[in-house]
Amino acid sequence: MEGRQAGKESKQPSSVSVDLQGDSSLQVEISDAVSERDKVKFTVQTKSCLPHFTQLEFSVVRQHEEFIWLHDAYVENEEYAGLIIPPAPPRPDFEASREKLQKLGEGDSSITREEFAKMKQELEAEYLAIFKKTVAMHEVFLQRLAAHPTLRRDHNFFVFLEYGQDLSVRGKNRKELLGGYLRNIVKSADEALITRMSGLKEVDDFFEHERTFLLEYHTRIRDACLRADRVMYSHKCLADDYIPISAALNSLGVQEVNQLKMSFLKLAEFFERLRKLEGRVASDEDLKLSDMLRYYMRDSQAAKDLLYRRLRALADYENANKALDKARTRNREVRTAESHQQQCCQRFERLSDSAKQELMDFKSRRVISFRKNLIELAELELKHAKGGGTQDTWV
Amino acid sequence: MAAEREPPPLGDAKPTDFEELEDGEDLFTSTVSTLESSPSSPEPASLPAEDVSTNSNGPKPAEVVLDDDREDLFAEATEEVSLDSPEREPILSSEPSPAVTPVTPTTLIAPRIESKSMSAPVIFDRSREEIEEEANGDVFDIEIGVSDPEKVGDGMNAYMAYRVTTKTSLSMFSKSEFSVKRRFSDFLGLHSKLASKYLHVGYIVPPAPEKSIVGMTKVKVGKEDSSSTEFVEKRRAALERYLQRTVKHPTLLQDPDLRQFLESSELPRAVNTQALSGAGILRMVNKAADAVNKMTIKMNESDAWFEEKQQQFENLDQQLRKLHASVEALVCHRKELSANTAAFAKSAAMLGNSEDHTALSRALSQLAEVEEKIDQLHQEQAFADFYMFSELLSDYIRLIAAVKGVFDHRMKCWQKWEDAQITLLKKRETEAKMMVANKPDKIQQAKNEIREWEAKVQQGERDFEQISKTIRKEVGRFEKERVKDFKTVIIKYLESLVQTQQQLIKYWEAFLPEAKAIA
Repeated sequence: MEGRQAGKESKQPSSVSVDLQGDSSLQVEISDAVSERDKVKFTVQTKSCLPHFTQLEFSVVRQHEEFIWLHDAYVENEEYAGLIIPPAPPRPDFEASREKLQKLGEGDSSITREEFAKMKQELEAEYLAIFKKTVAMHEVFLQRLAAHPTLRRDHNFFVFLEYGQDLSVRGKNRKELLGGYLRNIVKSADEALITRMSGLKEVDDFFEHERTFLLEYHTRIRDACLRADRVMYSHKCLADDYIPISAALNSLGVQEVNQLKMSFLKLAEFFERLRKLEGRVASDEDLKLSDMLRYYMRDSQAAKDLLYRRLRALADYENANKALDKARTRNREVRTAESHQQQCCQRFERLSDSAKQELMDFKSRRVISFRKNLIELAELELKHAKGGGTQDTWV
Repeated sequence: MAAEREPPPLGDAKPTDFEELEDGEDLFTSTVSTLESSPSSPEPASLPAEDVSTNSNGPKPAEVVLDDDREDLFAEATEEVSLDSPEREPILSSEPSPAVTPVTPTTLIAPRIESKSMSAPVIFDRSREEIEEEANGDVFDIEIGVSDPEKVGDGMNAYMAYRVTTKTSLSMFSKSEFSVKRRFSDFLGLHSKLASKYLHVGYIVPPAPEKSIVGMTKVKVGKEDSSSTEFVEKRRAALERYLQRTVKHPTLLQDPDLRQFLESSELPRAVNTQALSGAGILRMVNKAADAVNKMTIKMNESDAWFEEKQQQFENLDQQLRKLHASVEALVCHRKELSANTAAFAKSAAMLGNSEDHTALSRALSQLAEVEEKIDQLHQEQAFADFYMFSELLSDYIRLIAAVKGVFDHRMKCWQKWEDAQITLLKKRETEAKMMVANKPDKIQQAKNEIREWEAKVQQGERDFEQISKTIRKEVGRFEKERVKDFKTVIIKYLESLVQTQQQLIKYWEAFLPEAKAIA
């Protein structure tokens, strides 16, 4: 598929609200996107009056791997340990859609030209929708970074936004991916260990509550997201089913010479209407519900990661305390132990403070986003149902 | 049809004669089961000749037999048709024409003859219009319901018994409301009897619901799950539709077997309906043989109407099959949608529980409730999809198969006639040969055979014309029914679809303020 320009159309990522108020000193958006073979090239446009940049307005072309590089750079940066790192955008995946289009192209001789045209239209719309979504996801990622007072000042971010050349970031090879997976496993094992460590008591009720909450919330939102996906898929199946039904009813109607003709044709027309309706319901539920749930599933994971980091810091602090005690009793390297303990304490407190703020922001972000999307979902559902509910006099 | 209202002068064009006499015959047969004998001379030819389709009843072949012979009688008779016994004696003694496959044993002829002197005041006095009206359904008053499936017995010998309730104001039934218990094989037995009597003379006998070994086994084994209850419900509905269609057919309604099925409390078990029985296998073999024969019969179609109609039904069949397959997919996916919506509703509720922001939590719970209600809606719609739309289509696919069968029978009838003509020709040749060879005894034999085959040729032609006429009427009636059926269902179905959308509006309208209330 060549040059699909989605960037100019739906500007606002509809599933996530990013609070860009109050700071127009750095505005980032994806103004254009082009799909080439298996790559998507995003045109990232920045408008800024910040001193770091050489120009007021500039654009670069970035690919998905470069976004991942940026995300990882943030995650690995100790300075940001106390912050929720915006979740990385998912890899653009047109596989399924492309396959379906190909299968359609190979052709099933039993379907009429009309049916073929409709199915092709459906698949193209699907492709376009996936495209738009991936653009939105990438855009939201950048916009959250740009909106965050600390994260926006990252050097890598500037490079990402401004550096005209290719960042020479290749996609992770299998070893690195595997390494990533292992690290995650180690992390969760570590977390489990830490929490069971005796003596490590959570001193702060707030964090205790947050931990319990996030654990449960993340699991449940993941479930809800998966099931919302399935509902959307079923709606799409229904919409697809209506195509041959409408066609068959039409040909039946055409053949009849009696009063039945009108009945068949009316029913065919109604199914055609239903088809469009179901298709739109499916895509709206996808955007307003599925995508939102998916985003907050990732965001809640990022929040969990933050809590883990803090917990890790707490454990380190505890360990440092113990080491200090030991050093004092042996009266060896007391000063090193002292300074280390100091460091750990400071780090822990720093993380705790920023984490608290971040988690509260997370909550308000979540509430705003859910509210917006649920309202829009209900409004759209109403609009569609009303479109299909009115029935002029037939037969 | 108006032209046939007046009894045509006898000795005229054969078909109309035939019809009139047949009608006279009809009157008698209808009196058999319902009227007490009140001897009075039946009315003569001034009797309104009735439409074959309106009051024709009873086994056709036997009637054909008698009419055939009566035709001979009346060839030289006067206008007055006296239906008294003396003239009918010869009929009794004549054997049924071999051209007709007699399904009804001759016993049925006898009682009819006995009642020949009976008057049938109820029916005779009725004007023609009234009877036709009744057949057309305006005053056609009989309602059939199939309900209360209950399991009888245990294990592999268990079966489902269904209650068949009839409500009617028709006089042919002894009561106005009555019900009996029947099992599935009883229905199959009824259809088998009706089919064997009426199909080969051109009547479109509605097919019975299909057997399902898998489905029934589950029920027998006693699995009380939703799939077996669904199966039973599907079958119950199918049996109801089957009976309703059958009684709508004016000819079939008069059939004593049908009446017995509806009325009598005890019914002899129909054993030949089992799929794997000897009779079942015989049926399968016959069907295969028929299929082969069909391919080898090449009929000279003199009547374009038949060719046209056959083509039309062939097209209709193909399209209905296609549509049916698509609708089945729709039903399946809608059921999936319902299941997925229910699952989502649950997870939304759980999410709402976890959510620690109160207003959002409440909104999510409300969302879960809405989704649950929507799931219900989907289920109901799937139900409508299936029972209204899908089952109608599958019923008609099988009905059209019956229609095609009737056309095939006509072809076979023609073939028989052709064969008779060919044989007659051969017999004539034989006669000629014998004449030349001067073998007096063989000549006599040849002459006898010629007479025999001449009769058969005539019979064959009559049969063919009769079946052609019957088919025309039947197809006309079928098409009318089909149009009515489809129109009704389509309207109902459209209504259900619209209703669903309106319900959706209600639900989402109720949810919207909840979403807005999130603070």
